[in-house]
Amino acid sequence: MKILVCMKQVPQKDAPLKLNDAGTWIREDVSYEVNEPDAYALEEALRQREKHKGEVVVITSGPARAQQVLREALAKGADRAIHLEDDKFVGLDAFNTAKAFAAAIKDEQFDLIFTGLQSDDYGYAQTGVILAELLGWPHATIIMQIEKNDSGIRVKRELEAGYFQYVDMPTPAVLTIQSGINKLRYATLIGIKQAKNKPLRKVPLAEVQSAIGENLQKIEKLYVPQKTKKTEHIDGSPAEIAKKLVDKLRNELSVL
Amino acid sequence: MPDTILVVVEQREGKLNRVSWETITAGQAIAAATGWTLEAAVVGASASSIAGEVAGKKVAKVYAVESPKLEPYTPDSFAAGLKQFLASKQPKLVLMPHTYQVRDFVPKLATAMGRTCISDCIGFKNEGGKLLFTRQMFQGKLAADVSFTGDGPWFATFQNGAFRGDKAEAGASAAPVETVNVDIADSVVRNKPQEVFKEAKQAVDLTQAEIIVAVGRGIKEQKNIEIAKQLADALGGDLAASRPICDSGWLPMDRQIGSSGQTVAPKLYLALGISGAIQHIVGMKGSRAIIAVNKDSEAPIFEIADYAIVGNLFDIVPPLVEEVKKAKAGS
Repeated sequence: MKILVCMKQVPQKDAPLKLNDAGTWIREDVSYEVNEPDAYALEEALRQREKHKGEVVVITSGPARAQQVLREALAKGADRAIHLEDDKFVGLDAFNTAKAFAAAIKDEQFDLIFTGLQSDDYGYAQTGVILAELLGWPHATIIMQIEKNDSGIRVKRELEAGYFQYVDMPTPAVLTIQSGINKLRYATLIGIKQAKNKPLRKVPLAEVQSAIGENLQKIEKLYVPQKTKKTEHIDGSPAEIAKKLVDKLRNELSVL
Repeated sequence: MPDTILVVVEQREGKLNRVSWETITAGQAIAAATGWTLEAAVVGASASSIAGEVAGKKVAKVYAVESPKLEPYTPDSFAAGLKQFLASKQPKLVLMPHTYQVRDFVPKLATAMGRTCISDCIGFKNEGGKLLFTRQMFQGKLAADVSFTGDGPWFATFQNGAFRGDKAEAGASAAPVETVNVDIADSVVRNKPQEVFKEAKQAVDLTQAEIIVAVGRGIKEQKNIEIAKQLADALGGDLAASRPICDSGWLPMDRQIGSSGQTVAPKLYLALGISGAIQHIVGMKGSRAIIAVNKDSEAPIFEIADYAIVGNLFDIVPPLVEEVKKAKAGS
């Protein structure tokens, strides 16, 4: 099985975010990490390859810094990587990002493409499904299990409120992977060493430019959300906080 | 002729998903702000049976978009059926609830029409005739006002709880219902879905809990869960967690709160080391009181907390357990 995993670099979970001067995006000078759902997608691809042989390729778009995500994936066991490298990729909407990916892989023949179910920055939850439509492939979202069978694959979809559903589908297909589908592995020392010699193809913007168009949606303004709720801060030493809280629990919330 | 807003309600096996009323409320609000006409559509093999229920609301018209291929749900059939319907009606704006099902087919539908979807919105603004959709970014740390730059139909989905379903206005008289049959070829539908099922019966029902102590990533290690358990025990409450904790297997899945877990509304929700990602918040924002402990003063959980404690939970919780025990012993 030949599997492509789409990965994204996002700001670290507890990194303080600063707005740029135009108030349309964040400033670049924050710490980044791999989008967590994508880490599960990669892990699942590696497990499928261990079962069925084949190849795992990872792809990302973004400035030079985004290469770190690919390096980590290669260290964990991915075979090769594709980096659509340009600052401009950061500002693309999901439609254009998917178009750029589709253009970059047009000469490849994948059986499956995995993405995380959504990104921790935009949270659109769309790129994978859009990519499937652009490629003319079937897709399934929020996947908790993948079994290969004679006619294709059987996947387990997570629905809301604790419900699930098995879906049989042909390949090639795009799957968006739910976090928690597996247990993540760590990169080994040997893996990190080997990663340095694995192929990493850089795709400049010019190579995919003709595939992408104007963004169909635009962030007019990015801002710190206004609070709608009155929040009371409780300060002091831990002992003081404990006393104050117990007073609230008893006298204001009546739960003690 | 004014532009049209079309709300596509969600039904499963002939039953309307209640979150659809919230989208009707959203549609009514946007219609009031823009002067556009509001219509609704139900999609399914027997959509007309539900269309009547929707026609009681203040909408100009309800369409029942039907085809035997729409049952069971598949993204292929829904995208194909709706594309056909929307191409003939050309509404300016198409609204849907941001459910797992909608997430599954709307990006495909919009792409098939060369259009885009602003997903998971929490509100809208009409600024000088320009329609903006507000959505959370960076797990709720920031918000963005997003506009459409191209032609309609524009697609937007609204987060669960963004509007009040019980505020959906009833109409003076029932709106007309029109059944539209869409033609979906056999070859279109590639996925074969099996029956929907529930994993082994949920052992823990947190929906009835009065006090919940929930832990998130800030708990750091499995053995530290004990600290939260002591607090839950002292308060006589139940222990719960955000998704990453259950993903790691530190607590069983049936203690998970959020969009993929249980939705709760206790008297007291104590969030320990939970940052407050949207997927978690939708499962607990109905709590009567929320106390949050987090070392990151910018954690989104503080946006919805009644009481905020910025600090290390490992420092805060142990003395709190002792204080609660003392209070209980004395009462």
